Amino acid sequence: MFTVNAPVKELIELDHKIFLQKIYCPEIASIVQPGQFLNVKVSNSYYPLLRRPFSVCDVEGDYIYLMFNILGEGTKLLAAKKINEPVDILGPLGNGFTSEGDYNTAVIVGGGLGAAPFPFLIKRLTDKKEVMTFIGGRSIHDVITYGMKNLFTSTDDGTTGFKGNVVALLKHKISELKKSKIKIPLKEFSLENDFDCEVSTECAMACGFGICQGCPIESTNHKDKYLLVCKDGPVFNIKDVEL
Amino acid sequence: MNKVDLSVSIGTLQLRNPIMLASGTVGYGNEMAEFIDLNTIGAIVTKSLSLKPRKGNPPQRIVETPAGMLNSIGLANVGVEEFIKTKIPFLQKYDVPIVCNVAASNIDEYAECVNLLTDENSIKAFEINVSCPNVKEGGLQFGNDLAAVGKVTAKVRAATKKPIIIKLSPNVSYIADFAKVVKQEGGDAVSAINTLVGTSFNIFTRKPKIFSVTGGLSGPAIKPVALAKVLEIKRNVEIPIIGIGGIMNWQDVVEFMIAGASAVQIGTLNFINPSAAKEILSSLEDFCIKQNLNKLSELTGSFLI
Ligand SMILES: Cc1cc2nc3c(=O)[nH]c(=O)nc-3n(C[C@H](O)[C@H](O)[C@H](O)COP(=O)(O)OP(=O)(O)OC[C@H]3O[C@@H](n4cnc5c(N)ncnc54)[C@H](O)[C@@H]3O)c2cc1C
Ligand SMILES: Cc1cc2nc3c(=O)[nH]c(=O)nc-3n(C[C@H](O)[C@H](O)[C@H](O)COP(=O)(O)O)c2cc1C
Ligand code: FES
Repeated sequence: MFTVNAPVKELIELDHKIFLQKIYCPEIASIVQPGQFLNVKVSNSYYPLLRRPFSVCDVEGDYIYLMFNILGEGTKLLAAKKINEPVDILGPLGNGFTSEGDYNTAVIVGGGLGAAPFPFLIKRLTDKKEVMTFIGGRSIHDVITYGMKNLFTSTDDGTTGFKGNVVALLKHKISELKKSKIKIPLKEFSLENDFDCEVSTECAMACGFGICQGCPIESTNHKDKYLLVCKDGPVFNIKDVEL
Repeated sequence: MNKVDLSVSIGTLQLRNPIMLASGTVGYGNEMAEFIDLNTIGAIVTKSLSLKPRKGNPPQRIVETPAGMLNSIGLANVGVEEFIKTKIPFLQKYDVPIVCNVAASNIDEYAECVNLLTDENSIKAFEINVSCPNVKEGGLQFGNDLAAVGKVTAKVRAATKKPIIIKLSPNVSYIADFAKVVKQEGGDAVSAINTLVGTSFNIFTRKPKIFSVTGGLSGPAIKPVALAKVLEIKRNVEIPIIGIGGIMNWQDVVEFMIAGASAVQIGTLNFINPSAAKEILSSLEDFCIKQNLNKLSELTGSFLI
C-alpha cells in the first residue's frame, strides 16, 4: 500500500458514458489482486476534498484500468484527465476475491458498475476454472460486456437479454447450475444451496485504509463490533456480513 | 541533525516538533506506519478511548461537504483494556510520544480511564475529549458546560501526574472562558478545536445523509473558525494551545502558530495524504531558514494586530 503519481495513458468510452481509463502504474499492476481497490485523488487541489474509491477493473502488464461512469464532480474530473497527466493513487487497498479453491465453475453476478472488478477477476480465473457471468442493467446501454466471459445478460426494460433483474435471471438458470460445484455471489442462493460465495461491498469512505472508521458493515459473527469495508473487505465471504 | 530547532514544549510535554496527528485520524498508528516514519512526528493522539469498547454508529458515518467532511463515527473504539493489551505494544516500538485521548459518559469515568492508563510509560500525556454527546450531567454536552469542564479537569488532574490537555468544543459562544476554567483546575494545555456540528440532506429523499442526522464538520472549511478560537484563547488566557482545524499544508501550520498555537494537530488531511506530516515538516524547516528563525516556537503568538 503506497501513494503514486501515475500517468493516464488512454480514456476509452465504452457504451454510453461508461469509461475505461488506462493508467501506467507498474507498482500497483505488479501486486494488485482482483477485487482490491484504489483511492484516487481526482484533482490537484483540495476540491473535491476526499479521494474516490475505484476497483481495479483490469491489469495488462504495467497498466491498470479503472471503469466508471460520470456521477458527480469527482468522476467528471477523472474523465477529464489529459493523456500523460498523472493521477494520485493510493493503493492497492482492501482484500480481493479468492480465486483458488475446490470448485470448478465460478459464477459471477453483477449489476451496473458493480461489474467493474470482474474483467480482472475473470482473467485470473480462466486458466483454472469455468466461468459464467451474469450482468444486469436498467437498459441495454447499462449492461457491461467488457472483459466478460460466457455472459448472460438481463435488463429491467427488456431491451436486451432476460427481462428482469440479474437475480431473477440467475434463478432462471439455477437448476442447471445446481449440478456442479459453483461460486455464486448472492446471499439467499448461497445459503440455501450451500454455495461458497463472496460479495464485493461498497460504502462511503474517507481514508480507504482503516484509520477513519468511516465504513462500517455489520458482522454476522461479532454483533459487538462492525467490520470495515475498506480494510476487512471490500470482498467478504457472504456468511460473514449482514447485507 | 536538524538545521533549525523545531522542538516545542506544551506545558511539561516535550515534543521534537509541533506536528501531532489528531485523534480519530491516525487509528492506533499501525496503518499510518506504512506511509510515514512515526519517529519523525511530534506526537500521536489516539482515537478517543472509552472505558468499555464502543461499536459506534451505524452507516452512513461520513459525508463530503464543500471544503470539508461530516463524520459521525460515534466514538467507535477498542476500549482501554484492549488498547493496553494490543495497541500499546505496537506503538512502543517507536520513539514517538503517545497522547491518549479519553472520552467518557460521566465525570468519574474520565478519571477511571486515566487512572488505568497513567502507568503506561509510552503514554506521555492525556487529551480529554469533552465534546462528546450522551452525557448524564443535565443531558448537556460536557463541552458546552463550564462547570462540567472544570470538574472533569479537576478529577483527571487528581488521577495522573502526566500532562493534561483538554480538547475544547468550538460549539460555544466564548471559548476563552473554557480555557480559563481548564487553567484554574490544573490543566496543562488546551486543544482547539474539535469538530463543528453540521448536517447535510439528500434533496430527493429529504433525509439526512448521516445516520445520526448531525455530524462533526472538519477539513479546510473550519480553518478560519479554528484560527479565531485559537486567537481568542491566546489573547485572554495564558495556557499553551494546540491548534487544530483544517490544516492542509505548512502555511496553515505557520498561521496557527502565529495566532497562538504552540503545536498543531493534523486531522482530515491524514485521510487524503497519509504522508503529509513528513512533507509539512521539511517545508517548515525551509521556512525557518528563509525567515532566519532559529527556533520554530518563536512563531507562537507572534501576530501583529
Ligand atoms: C470499494 C469501492 C469500489 C468502487 N469501485 C468503483 C468502480 O470501479 N467504478 C465506479 O464507477 N465506482 C466505483 N465505486 C463508487 C465510486 O467511488 C463513486 O461512484 C465515486 O466516489 C463517485 O464520485 P463523484 O465525485 O463522481 O460523485 P459524488 O459527487 O461523490 O456523488 C454523486 C452521486 O453518486 C452517489 N455516490 C457516491 N458514492 C457512491 C458509491 N460508493 N456508491 C453509489 N453511489 C455513490 C452520491 O450519493 C451522489 O448521489 C466504488 C466504491 C467503493 C467504496
Ligand atoms: C473521522 C474523524 C474522527 C474523529 N474522531 C475523534 C475522536 O475520537 N476524538 C476526538 O477528540 N476528536 C476526533 N476527531 C476530531 C479531530 O481530532 C479534529 O479535532 C477535527 O477533525 C478538526 O481537525 P481537521 O479539520 O484537521 O480534521 C475526529 C475527526 C474525524 C474527521
Ligand atoms: S474508509 Fe476509513 S476506515 Fe474505511
